[in-house]
Amino acid sequence: MNIKSLFETKAEKLLNIYITAGFPKLNSLEQIIPALSNAGTDIIEIGIPYSDPISDGPTIQMSNAQAINNGITLEAIFNQLEKIEVNTPLVLMGYFNSILQFGIKEFCKQCKNVGVSGLIIPDLPIDVYLKKYQSTFVENELSNIFLITPETSEERIQFIDRHSSSFIFAVSSSSTTGNSKNIEDSQEYLQGLKEMNLNTSILVGFNIRNRSNYEFVSQYASGAIIGSAFIKHINNSQDIIDDVSNFVKNIK
Amino acid sequence: MKNYQVDTNGYYGEYGGAYIPEMLYPNVNQLQYTYLNIIQSEKFKKEFEDLLKNYVGRPTPLYYAKRLSAYYKTNIYLKREDLCHTGAHKINNALGQILLAKNLNKKRIIAETGAGQHGVATATACALMGMECDIFMGAKDIQRQAPNVERMKMMGARVVPVHSGSKTLKDATNEAIRDWINNPSNTHYIIGSVVGPHPYPDMVARFQSVISAEVKKQLDTNPDYIIACIGGGSNAMGIFYHYLNDAVKLIGVEAAGHGTETNMSAATLALGTKGVLHAAFSKVMQTKDGQVIEPHSISAGLDYPGIGPQHAFLEDEGRVMYDSVTDKEALIAAKLLSKTEGIIPALESAHALAYLEKLAFKDSDNIVINLSGRGDKDLETYTKFDQNEY
Repeated sequence: MNIKSLFETKAEKLLNIYITAGFPKLNSLEQIIPALSNAGTDIIEIGIPYSDPISDGPTIQMSNAQAINNGITLEAIFNQLEKIEVNTPLVLMGYFNSILQFGIKEFCKQCKNVGVSGLIIPDLPIDVYLKKYQSTFVENELSNIFLITPETSEERIQFIDRHSSSFIFAVSSSSTTGNSKNIEDSQEYLQGLKEMNLNTSILVGFNIRNRSNYEFVSQYASGAIIGSAFIKHINNSQDIIDDVSNFVKNIK
Repeated sequence: MKNYQVDTNGYYGEYGGAYIPEMLYPNVNQLQYTYLNIIQSEKFKKEFEDLLKNYVGRPTPLYYAKRLSAYYKTNIYLKREDLCHTGAHKINNALGQILLAKNLNKKRIIAETGAGQHGVATATACALMGMECDIFMGAKDIQRQAPNVERMKMMGARVVPVHSGSKTLKDATNEAIRDWINNPSNTHYIIGSVVGPHPYPDMVARFQSVISAEVKKQLDTNPDYIIACIGGGSNAMGIFYHYLNDAVKLIGVEAAGHGTETNMSAATLALGTKGVLHAAFSKVMQTKDGQVIEPHSISAGLDYPGIGPQHAFLEDEGRVMYDSVTDKEALIAAKLLSKTEGIIPALESAHALAYLEKLAFKDSDNIVINLSGRGDKDLETYTKFDQNEY
């Protein structure tokens, strides 16, 4: 399913799970994506491993390094995705340089080809996107997903809202991924966001590890994004399909 | 007059920009909108100039190296940045940025360091201003630049070892950026070179431009050549800055490591392709998949797989000629300067000196070399080289 269609039909208590492509093994996506989908994950976010992931903490850095070591490339990711048939919307997350080297046009074409309908590129600034890449994204039916943080001004949130088409990724605290801050500390921020009544749905990410965190943010937003906690859970897994299912079932 | 400086959007031609995650937007945006007003204000200029004069010891001499000139049969002048307080040009930028940070009411400073010179300069500036200071340094560099680690600690800075990636400058920079993301409101990040998101390349170049401003006063006529070493490119940008529109041949010397034909090199302009590293679009040493390659140079300060966006632009424009010298050529040049002039250069600066072997100059030429730092920190490496251990 296309990510935009998902938000048109259902926009509450959505669970988005992040997985680094090529982790823990080179071809793990082939097992992890169907398992996530079968267990009821609403959105699957696939990370493109990068040597210098500046917005990520130690856990996702480790998964990126291990995946690169396993020999993952963007080309291999597209080849793997082409073979996977799921109805769950797929989102690709990656740093701009990986996409730039692949070629923006070719990247967008491949995304459409393998059924990816959303992109998260944390270090592609919105002004550069609007000026140079928006038309290519739109041509390939790709929804660009922007981040906002507790430091983002209300004016800028409104601006980002106007240019969003599926959801906005609200970072729960000013931090890199995999932090251990208390999600309850973000209550005031999340309440404020809710009261802004934006056109675009919001998913909350960072500092979300378990069911109670997921339930908590779902009171204020359309759901939650979990990354580092999932990566930790499947690191050194002996039975990856089982571990993936259990993780999701423990959340929702 | 051709414009080689940053445009209003933060670009040098296609290079530069601010490819930052949203988490850094408020900080970088604040800098973009305030830096020029702050650093061009009379109050700031007065304070900065006073520190450069009375604390750093500027102007630094432009020294006519008589015996080295006789050896090469030409005229060689050394811009003695090694005589700055803390032993390198890095202090110019550290003081400029700490004054800026004070203006922005920041209470804590972070910085990355490779050779430790920028770390020492930042620790010094923090001690002087009574600010909290965390320096990120690759674990490998902590080992090979031990004296500088002790200096930073003595001045009250915390030195945070970085174990990710190649454990050198690139990873120290990643870690500093991550720290800034985690501490957005009270912290200012003092980047040590003309790299990073706009406005850093321009801001650091302005703070370092004092070097060429002084050379202009110290020489009656323009030199024929100006030569500087380049890692990120701050000392080079400093000594090129006021000569960009003059008829002077400018040469930037990168670190070839074992040689640009090997996979042990740090010569980014020779080996790199266009890409984004540390939030700027420039040249980057990378695989075809865009994974950044771990560089190699014997000089920790040049051991960096990127380069300032302005240098990438100046190369494309044909305004500056860039070339590289190997580890070994730099070591030989360091030895030569020590024996002929009684000046032990930093390994970084030795790369600029080594280029004299490759330059086809005339007897009457005047050549200015930026002696960006002193070599005390590199004694262990020099000793090993002397004992044929390298």
